[in-house]
Amino acid sequence: MPGKLKVKIVAGRHLPVMDRASDLTDAFVEVKFGNTTFKTDVYPKSLNPQWNSEWFKFEVDDEDLQDEPLQITVLDHDTYSANDAIGKVYIDIDPLLYSEAATVISGWFPIYDTIHGIRGEINVVVKVDLFNDLNRFRQSSCGVKFFCTTSIPKCYRAVVIHGFVEELVVNEDPEYQWIDRIRTPRASNEARQRLISLMSGELQRKIGLKVLEMRGNAVVGYLQCFDLEGESGLVVRAIGTVCTLDKISNTAFLPACNSPSKEMKESPLVHPPSHGCRSTHNSPIHTASGSRLTQNFSLSVPTLIYTGMGSGSAGKEGGPFKALLRQQTQTALEQREFPFFTLTAFPPGFLVHVGGVVSARSVKLLDRIHNPDEPETRDAWWAEIRQEIKSHAKALGCHAVVGYSESTSICEEVCILSASGTAAVLNPRFLQDGTMEGCLEQRLEETSPPGCGFCHIPYDELNMPFPAHLIYCYNCRKQKVPDVLFTTIDLPAEAMVIGKGCLIQARLCRLKKKAQAEANATSISNLLPFMEYEVHTQLMNKLKLKGMNALFGLRIQITVGENMLMGLASATGVYLTALPTPGGIQIAGKTPNDGAYEQHVSHMQKKINDTIAKNKELYEINPPEIPEEIIGSPFPEPRQRSRLLRSQSESSDEVMELDLSHGKKDAFVLEIDDTDAMEDVHSLLTDVPPPPGFYSCNTEIMPGINNWTSDIQMFTSVRVSRLSNINLTNQTLNKNFNDLCENLLKSLYFKLRSMIPCCLCHVNFTVALPEDEVIQVTVTAVAITFDKHQALQTSRVPVEKTLQRASTDNEEQLQFPLELCSDPLVSQPFSPAKEVLENASSHTGVPAAQRATSVDYSSFADRCNSWIELIKLKAQTIRRGSNKTTASLDKASPLAEGHLRHRSVPSCTNSTVSVVKMTPLSFIPGAKITKYLGIINMFFIRETTSLREEGGVSGFLHAFIAEVFAMVRAHVAALGGNAVVSYIMKQCVFMENPNKNQAQCLINVSGDAVIVVRESELEMVPVQPSTAVSQPASAGDVTT
Amino acid sequence: MTNDLDIFVGNTTLIDEEVYQLWLDGYSVSDAVSLRLRSGILEQTGATVDVLQSDTMDHYRTFHMLERLLHTPSKLIHQLHFQIPPSRQAMLIERYYAFDEAFVREVLGKKLSKGTKKDLDDVSSKTGITLKSCRRQFDNFKRVFKVVEEMRGSLVENIQQHFLLSDRLARDYAAIVFFANSRFETGKKKLQFLTFEDFAYCAEQMIQNWTLGAVDSNVDDMDVDLDKEFLQELKELKVLIADKDLLDLHKSLVCTSLRGKISVYNEMEANFKNLSRALVNMASKLIHTKDVRDFFIDLVEKFIEPCKSDKWTLNDVRLFLTQYTTSAHTLDAFRHQALWDRYMSTIKSCLLKMYHD
Repeated sequence: MPGKLKVKIVAGRHLPVMDRASDLTDAFVEVKFGNTTFKTDVYPKSLNPQWNSEWFKFEVDDEDLQDEPLQITVLDHDTYSANDAIGKVYIDIDPLLYSEAATVISGWFPIYDTIHGIRGEINVVVKVDLFNDLNRFRQSSCGVKFFCTTSIPKCYRAVVIHGFVEELVVNEDPEYQWIDRIRTPRASNEARQRLISLMSGELQRKIGLKVLEMRGNAVVGYLQCFDLEGESGLVVRAIGTVCTLDKISNTAFLPACNSPSKEMKESPLVHPPSHGCRSTHNSPIHTASGSRLTQNFSLSVPTLIYTGMGSGSAGKEGGPFKALLRQQTQTALEQREFPFFTLTAFPPGFLVHVGGVVSARSVKLLDRIHNPDEPETRDAWWAEIRQEIKSHAKALGCHAVVGYSESTSICEEVCILSASGTAAVLNPRFLQDGTMEGCLEQRLEETSPPGCGFCHIPYDELNMPFPAHLIYCYNCRKQKVPDVLFTTIDLPAEAMVIGKGCLIQARLCRLKKKAQAEANATSISNLLPFMEYEVHTQLMNKLKLKGMNALFGLRIQITVGENMLMGLASATGVYLTALPTPGGIQIAGKTPNDGAYEQHVSHMQKKINDTIAKNKELYEINPPEIPEEIIGSPFPEPRQRSRLLRSQSESSDEVMELDLSHGKKDAFVLEIDDTDAMEDVHSLLTDVPPPPGFYSCNTEIMPGINNWTSDIQMFTSVRVSRLSNINLTNQTLNKNFNDLCENLLKSLYFKLRSMIPCCLCHVNFTVALPEDEVIQVTVTAVAITFDKHQALQTSRVPVEKTLQRASTDNEEQLQFPLELCSDPLVSQPFSPAKEVLENASSHTGVPAAQRATSVDYSSFADRCNSWIELIKLKAQTIRRGSNKTTASLDKASPLAEGHLRHRSVPSCTNSTVSVVKMTPLSFIPGAKITKYLGIINMFFIRETTSLREEGGVSGFLHAFIAEVFAMVRAHVAALGGNAVVSYIMKQCVFMENPNKNQAQCLINVSGDAVIVVRESELEMVPVQPSTAVSQPASAGDVTT
Repeated sequence: MTNDLDIFVGNTTLIDEEVYQLWLDGYSVSDAVSLRLRSGILEQTGATVDVLQSDTMDHYRTFHMLERLLHTPSKLIHQLHFQIPPSRQAMLIERYYAFDEAFVREVLGKKLSKGTKKDLDDVSSKTGITLKSCRRQFDNFKRVFKVVEEMRGSLVENIQQHFLLSDRLARDYAAIVFFANSRFETGKKKLQFLTFEDFAYCAEQMIQNWTLGAVDSNVDDMDVDLDKEFLQELKELKVLIADKDLLDLHKSLVCTSLRGKISVYNEMEANFKNLSRALVNMASKLIHTKDVRDFFIDLVEKFIEPCKSDKWTLNDVRLFLTQYTTSAHTLDAFRHQALWDRYMSTIKSCLLKMYHD
C-alpha cells in the first residue's frame, strides 16, 4: 500500500440547468479511483454548488496510481428516476508521483460530457502521499520523468543519454464490442476514454520500468500514439529516449525515486526478462517466422534513403582519430539493440556527423489481436521496421539514428507502418558514464569544427556503397560535404546559415483501385516507392527553387485511403554555408525543333529563373562568392545529385541501389514533355511565397530570426474537402490537394496578419482520408511576432559568436551576409550571373540547350528492377545540367515593409482565469522555464446527434477543439503551471454522418506542463551553460 | 472541390474587431464579406475572396459561441472555454451592449414586452438597422431590465456589477431601464428633436432626486420607481399659482431681479404666469401615471415651445429658472421650500438640457 490519494471536491460553477421546472440543479459528485467510489452530499437547487467536501482518501498501490486516472463525475440528483450525469473530469495524477514536479493539483476543471461538451466547472484539490517503496520486485516506476520535448529540457543537464525505449499495449476497442450495440453512445465514449486513459497509464508505467532497468531517470522525446485498428483492436504505443538528467540548479539533489539504479545493481532479479525491452526483439528469426507462420499478411516496402550525399570524411588529418572515435562510438552503440534517439536537438558536441534521412515503411494487414497480453505481432512488425532503419543507417556509415519517429496510417484492414530518422554519428561522451571521456574529448573536437562539422559526411570516401557527389566543405575546406543535406532533426544551434529559412512541402496524391485484403496491400506497396520517389523529387526541386541546400525537420507522411494514397512531406529549407550553392533548375523539351514549343520552354525557364532570384532575395540568401581556387580541391566531378538507396527487407541484407542520375550536369533538368512533369513545373510555380512580413518553418527555430517577442498564438486549423469530380485523375487530385494546402496556408497568413512581422513555427500538417473522396488536413503551429527593429543589435551577438568559432578566412563572408540581413537595401555585390554561366559552360563545353535535351539513362537502366522501369516509362526524369542560374541582377525591390504594422500587446493582469500559453515549441519566447510539472496526455471523444443545431460540422469541431484547449489549460493551471510546451495534437479523427445528423471526433493531445517566468522578471542569466558553449568554440580555434 | 469543414481555433481566441462590428450590426456572412471587400482589405493583404469568406465564417462561428456567454458577462470572465485577454473581454462586452442612437430613440420608454419585440421589423425598416441587430439591442435592454428591476442598491452600480459595462454605458442602461419602467413617452413628433443623451441626462437627474433612493438608500427598486410620497406632496406646490397674491409676489420678485439681465424681459414678464402655472401644474399632476408618461411632452409643449417662440436664448432660460426657483424661497407664505428645491432643481436641469434645436 505505497500510496494515499486524497481528493476534495470544493465547489462547482456555471452548471447547466438540469431541472426545467425550477431552472436549477441538485448536484452531487462521485469520486472514483480504481474500484473505490466516494460521493459528496447533494447540494440542492443551485447552479453554483458549494460542496466543500471532506478529504476522500484512496489507499492504493503505486502501480494503480500510475495506471488509473482519477474519475470525477458530476450528477444531478433525482428523487424519482435515475440520476442524470452532468459530465466528467478525468485527472491524470501522474505528475504528483515525481517529487520534483507538482505537489498538488488544485483548480477549476471544465466538466466534460462526450455528448454536450463542457458543462460548467468544478473545483477540485488532489494530493498524493507516497510511502517509500521497499519492494524491489515492484511493477511500478514512479519517479521516472517524462518529457514530450525532443531536446534536453531547459532546466536539466543530460548526464547520460541512454537511448531508445519503446513499448506497446493492445486491447479491444470498446466501440467494437458486442455490448456497444445496446449501450448509449455516451457510455460507449466514456468506456473508450477511460480505457485509453488506463492504457496510456499502463504504457507509461511499463516504459518507466524499462527506463529504470536502463538506469536512466527520465524519458525525453516521449511520443505516444494510438492506432485505432477498428475491429482488430486498439494499440497504444510509445517511443522515447532514455536519459539520466540532472537538475542544473541543484546537481547534488537526487530524489529517492530517481536512483533505483543502485537497487538494480544489487538485485538482478529486479528486471525479469518477461518485461525487459529486449526479449521480444532479440531473435529476428522469431519475428520473421512469427509474421509468416501466422496468417498475418505482411509486405515490407522497399524504402529509400535520402542522403544528401554519402561520405568520405576520412580526411587525411582526421583519419586516425576518427577511426578511433568511430570504434568507441560503435561499441557504445552496438550494445544497444536500436541506437535510436527521438531527440531532434542535442547538447553541443553530441552530434558529430549527419548522414541523411533513413526511412522504412511496411504494409500490414490487420487481424484481431487474440491475446492482448502478448502483443507479439505488433511488436514484431515494429521490430522489423526498426531493423531496417538500423541497416539503412549502417549503409550510410552511421551508428545511430536521431530525430527518430514512428507513425501509422490505417484504412480498414490495411495499415502502413512508417519509421524515419536521420542517420548520424554521435559523440560517445554522452552515451556512457564517463568511461572514455578524457581521452576522446579533445580529439573529437579537433576533428569536428563547429558550425560545419555535422555536415561532414560520416562515410569513408574510399568505401562508399554508392556513387556520391562530394565537395570540400565550404567552411573549413578540410572535409568533404554532400551538396544537399536532408535531415529530420532541428537545425543545430551551432550551424552556420545564410539568410532565413522557409517551409518546403511536397504534396502528392495517387489513385489506387479499391481492393480487398492482400490485393489491396500489394497494390499499396507497389505504389509506395513511386510516391517516395516523387516526394523526394518535389522536395529537391522546391529546395532548389528556393536557392537553398539543406532540409531540416523533414517529415513525410503517407496516408492510405479507400481509393487513394496521399503523401505530404514538410521540411524547413535553409542555406548552410558549409554546403555548395545549389544549381538551378533547367527545363527541357523533347522536340527542340518546334519553334513555338521552344518558346514555351524558354518562357517557363525564365519564370523559374526569376522565381529562384526572387526567392533568394526574399530569404536573404546571398552567399559570398568563393573563387574556386580557395575551395582547395579540384572542381568537383559533377555527379548525380539525387540518390536513392533502397533496400527490400524481404531480400534480407541485400542493399539495392538506384542511381537516378542522368548525365553529368550540375543543374536539375526537368523534362516537360509529358503531362506529369508539366504539372510538376506548374506546381513549383504555383507555390506562392508568404506575404511580406511572414515566414514559416516546421522546425523549432527559424534561422535568421532571433529577436522573438512574447506575443505568441498557437492554433489548430482543420479543413475537410470533398472531391466532387467524378472523373478523378492523379492530376486533378494533385491539383486539388495542392490547392487545399496552399489555400489553408493563405488563410493562416490572412488570419494572423495582425501579428506581422511574424513567423509560423513548427508548422505541422497532418493528412487523413476519412472517407472516399474526402481529404482532411489538420495544421497546428505557433505564430510568433518578432521585433524587426531589434534585429540589428541582437543578430550581432551570434555573428560575433560565429566569428570567434569560424576560421579567419570566413570572417568577412560571414559578416557580410548577416549585415545584409538587417538592411536589404544595401547594394549587393552579386557576382554577375553571366560570369557563372560562362564558368559553367566552359567547364562542360556543351551548349546548354543541347545538353538539356539529351537523356542519359546509362547509369539508371543498369540498376533498374521492374518498378524502376515503371518510373522510366513515366518519363518524368530528373537530370542534372551544369547551367548554374544561381545569381540574378534583379534589383532588390524595396519590400513592402511600410505596410507592416507594429503592434504592441497591452499586458493585462487583472484576470480571474490565469492565462496558459501553449506552444508546439520546447520554449516560450521571452520567458524562461523554471519548472517542468509533468506530462499532459489527454484523449477526448465528442459526439453529437444534433449536428445541424450545433452549427454543422464546422461548428461542432470548432467548439470541440476549443474545448480541448480549455481542458488542457485547466489541467496545467491546476498543476500550478502557466504554459504548455512541446504541445502536439497527435490525432484528430473526425467522422460524420450528415444523413443521421451525427458526427463524432476523437482528439489526442500531449505536451509538457511548465512554469515559465518572463525574462524581464528574471535577472539576466545566461540560459546556456557556459561550459557547453566554450568547448566547441575552442575546438574551432584548434581547427583554424 | 468544396470545403465541408473549415475552422481555425487559436489558443487565444482570435477576435477581429471589424468583423465583430459587422456581426453585431446583424449582417449575414455574405453581406459581411462584400462589405469587407469594399473596405479594400484584399488589396492590403493580397488575399482572395475565398480566404475572406472562410475568415468571416470563422469569426461568425466564434461570435455565435461567445454570444451565450455575453448574455451573462460574468460568465465570460470566469469561463475556461475561450482564452481571451481581459482587455478584449471588456471590448466584447462593451460592444455587445452598445446600441444605436436611432434604435434607442425608437424603443426608449416603451414597454420591453413581446409586443414591442414584434414591432421591431418596423423599427428596422424605419432606422435602417438590421432586424437582427434590433433584436440583439432589444434583448439586451430587456435582459438588463429583468436583472436589475427588482434589485436593491444603486441602479448604475447594479448594472455595472452584473453586466461589467463601462461607467458611461451603465449610466445609459440605467436611463433605459428607468424610462422603460415608468414608460415615459419619447416617441411623439414634438420630441423628435431630443437626443438619447438628453433623455439619459434627464433620467439621471430624476433618479438622483425623485426616486426612493434619493432619500433612502436601502429599499427595493430604489432607483427605478419614483418616490410616490414625493409625488403626492408635489400637490402642495399648487399654492404658488392658486394663491393670486403669492403668484404676483413671485412674479415681481423674479422680474425685479431679472430686469436688465435677461434679453427677453418683456416676453418673460408677459408670460410669467403661464410658465409658472405650467410648471406647478405639472408637479401637481405627477402622481398620475399617465402624466408621468407625458412628462417630457408637457415640458416641451408648456415650457420649451412658448419660450422658443419668443426667442429666448439658453441663457435667458437659465437666468429665468434660477431666479424663479430662488425667489420662491423669499416668499414667506410658501412653506414647502425643500420640496420645491427637490422638484425644481431636476426640472431646471432637464429643461436646460432639452432647450436646443
